[in-house]
Amino acid sequence: MEFELKNVVIGYPDHKVAGPMTVALHAGELCCLLGANGAGKSTLLRTLAAFQPTLSGEMTIDGERLETIPPRRLSTMIGIVLTERIRTGGITVRDMVAMGRSPYTNFWGRLTSEDHQEIDLAMEQVGITAFADRQISTLSDGERQKVMIAKALAQGTPIILLDEPTAFLDFPSKVEVMLLLGRLAHEMGKSIFLSTHDLDLALQTADRLWLMGKDENLFAVGTPRELASELPRFFPSRHLAFDSQLLRFNIKL
Amino acid sequence: MKAHLTLIALTVCTLVLFVMSLYSGSVSIPVPAITDILMGRGSADHPSWQYIVLENRLPQSVTALLCGASLAVSGLLLQTAFRNPLAGPSVLGIDSGAHLGVALIILAAGGTMTTGTLTLGGFALVIMAALAGALAVMGILLVLSRLLQNNVMLLIAGMMVGYIASSMISLLNFKATAEGVHAMTLWGMGSFSSVSLDRLPYMAGICLTGLVLSILLIKPLNALLLGDNYARNLGIHIRRTRTLLLFTTGLLTAASTAFCGPIAFVGLAVPHLARLFLGSANHRTLLPATLLTGASLTLACNLISTLPGERGVIPINVITPVIGAPVVLWVILRLEK
Repeated sequence: MEFELKNVVIGYPDHKVAGPMTVALHAGELCCLLGANGAGKSTLLRTLAAFQPTLSGEMTIDGERLETIPPRRLSTMIGIVLTERIRTGGITVRDMVAMGRSPYTNFWGRLTSEDHQEIDLAMEQVGITAFADRQISTLSDGERQKVMIAKALAQGTPIILLDEPTAFLDFPSKVEVMLLLGRLAHEMGKSIFLSTHDLDLALQTADRLWLMGKDENLFAVGTPRELASELPRFFPSRHLAFDSQLLRFNIKL
Repeated sequence: MKAHLTLIALTVCTLVLFVMSLYSGSVSIPVPAITDILMGRGSADHPSWQYIVLENRLPQSVTALLCGASLAVSGLLLQTAFRNPLAGPSVLGIDSGAHLGVALIILAAGGTMTTGTLTLGGFALVIMAALAGALAVMGILLVLSRLLQNNVMLLIAGMMVGYIASSMISLLNFKATAEGVHAMTLWGMGSFSSVSLDRLPYMAGICLTGLVLSILLIKPLNALLLGDNYARNLGIHIRRTRTLLLFTTGLLTAASTAFCGPIAFVGLAVPHLARLFLGSANHRTLLPATLLTGASLTLACNLISTLPGERGVIPINVITPVIGAPVVLWVILRLEK
């Protein structure tokens, strides 16, 4: 499945945030969106998730314009994982993953045996089967993030968008989540797109990077290697030096 | 499995309390006589018993059941819609809105009528006024909820709307006749006894419509537990769902408020009791559990209200806070953890 953007300008009626950008998301790739705070990462994610319209340009999934796809069908194409924490009590891990089946269940939300299979499979792939019956309010941040990823997997969408899935996690959990997402992209052929501030992690794990600069026209796309010469421009700081050989930023005092 | 057992237990509890409220009251009537009257075999020697059971206890018990179920479900819908455990029809000022609507009609008519003695037309007018008042407040809250990200702020905003409605009611009272004020004060204390047998079908009709609508909302309600963005991504039509939620809560709150007065704490506290019994937030079981717990609670309150026997009846709004307030305190303490 190809998710294509043609001359897309994002923002709000009263101000443009970024664009125009012409770029595509590909199946089987882990793609990371990097950029400083205020560059418009969240606006771009909201636009891709069809939560807000583009200011101009067009977005298509397999040639079909995003805004013409009815909500129910769109919910079988794009799954999301957001930063907001769900605080409600009385929801088990299994309940939460089962939410991902909503687009497929009947009017009453009854789960069929096929739904249960998909739920089990999603929990297995993410490695949370062991605590399927625990309340989500008792999970650590890393565990909860995996549950939300399993929810998106159960949703069975070829495209998964994640808003800073590694924020608030301790370092080993960050690595674990990134590797998990990479594996899902490569093994299941999903197109996984996430925003992050974890530069080092993204450079080491992503197949492709989208870079957004503070300037609304500053936008670049490519593999980490391809972007080696571009990267310093997007993270200007006199305390950072980019090593284009090792693809990493070093701290300069 | 556990959920099914809980639902069965709650159903039994509701039925037992319903039967108990038919068999006990301020006037003591022998049990066999009541059974006879209910089976339609009432003897002619005690016409007053016949009247008390059929014209008084039966509608009062059904009213208590419907009122409790409606308020509790309305509270649950609000808590899910606003993702706020402390939301409820009285906290958010929705019943004040309904109250204001009713006050306008009752006092405009010179205060000579109460909902029990109205003509059918006047009766319909009171219901419409209550519904208009409740929906107006819900509408204001919906707009405010777009502007206020913080849930506590929304509660405070709801309270402010409620205060404005209350002060308008006081102003109306100021201009009203003594009988009008008396009627409004009585109504404000809450009672399940003002619906007569021939008016009962109308109340039941409105409450059941609201309850059926809420059952139709079970799937979107579950998705809304995750917040609007997740729900929308799961294919839920947010605006349509919110509009239907607004209408349903308005209907449920307006029906119970117009017929029984503003009953405090049921809408706020009962969903928490139901969650406690079930241990689950899934609306497929939580909604029926809330409905049954609400019905049981108001039936129990109705029973308690007749405890003084021949010395009179305790107003419902004296009893519900005693049960509701500790539940709310418990919820706050748990939130702090």
